[in-house]
Amino acid sequence: MRVPRIVVDVMPKPELLDPQGKAVLGALPRLGFDTVRDVRQGKRFELEIEGETTEAILEQAHEMAATLLSNPVIEDFHVSMASVAPSEAAADS
Amino acid sequence: MKVGVVTFPGSLDDVDAARAVRLAGHEAISLWHGDHDLQGADAVVLPGGFSYGDYLRCGAISRFAPVMTEVIAEAKRGLPVLGICNGFQILCESHLLPGALVRNDHRRFVCRDQRLRVETNRTAWTAAYDQGAEITVVLKNGEGAFVADAETLERLEGEGRVVVRYLDGNPNGSLNDIAGITNEAGNVVGLMPHPEHAVEDLTGPGTDGLGFFASLVSATAAL
Repeated sequence: MRVPRIVVDVMPKPELLDPQGKAVLGALPRLGFDTVRDVRQGKRFELEIEGETTEAILEQAHEMAATLLSNPVIEDFHVSMASVAPSEAAADS
Repeated sequence: MKVGVVTFPGSLDDVDAARAVRLAGHEAISLWHGDHDLQGADAVVLPGGFSYGDYLRCGAISRFAPVMTEVIAEAKRGLPVLGICNGFQILCESHLLPGALVRNDHRRFVCRDQRLRVETNRTAWTAAYDQGAEITVVLKNGEGAFVADAETLERLEGEGRVVVRYLDGNPNGSLNDIAGITNEAGNVVGLMPHPEHAVEDLTGPGTDGLGFFASLVSATAAL
């Protein structure tokens, strides 16, 4: 079943040191992956929405992202819509 | 004075903070995160720990705990509030203090006796110290690197709002070696090191931390 979802991606601001990304970057060459120049690690939130995703709900999602899901001092966020369940998306790949 | 110490789910140092409060001659009151009640506290301490398991971001969920509604409102009216470690993170998330605390640049948890310089004694929590006093208290955190944009940093430095600064090397990548800051009024102070763990010779690196709690009397008279 396709459930309307709002996706909020949160990333550390580019000018900020990202120690988690650095740790991942350090591990990749040890596995033989030596083509990666930089890694930055963020978070993805999937919000399952009751009913239709209207403009008003998207606006609310922005508010959620700005007040709780991200800290604007250290992170940027991006709100988008998705109607495919993550399990289906995973099955495609 | 009556000093409230808030316990959040995952607070670790609330009992030590209450003990430090009593050793400084005050009455300690336990405040519960789920209550909309400061029980008449004249000052509030947000203790260290891992409230809400540090989920989402350190302090991000605690900031919306019921008791924080009252803490934030009263802090804006001048109530002295001290945030230690996780408490500092909560104060930043609450926007009572600017900036944020992020993961230590070396990615390791740090736990050690830390030398600090008290950069200003014009706050409710540092009035008992001499300006420029050098003290040693415990530092223990994984996400203690203070960051803020250039403009905020400049304002903090220019207005003398850096309260304590790390000495003998930067332990976590904090900008300008900042260990603690205050708000414009000087009633809200947040710092990563733990003064409440340095109040008795038996269980810490000395008693240098006691001044934070002893400051309350002299400061509230002045503010």
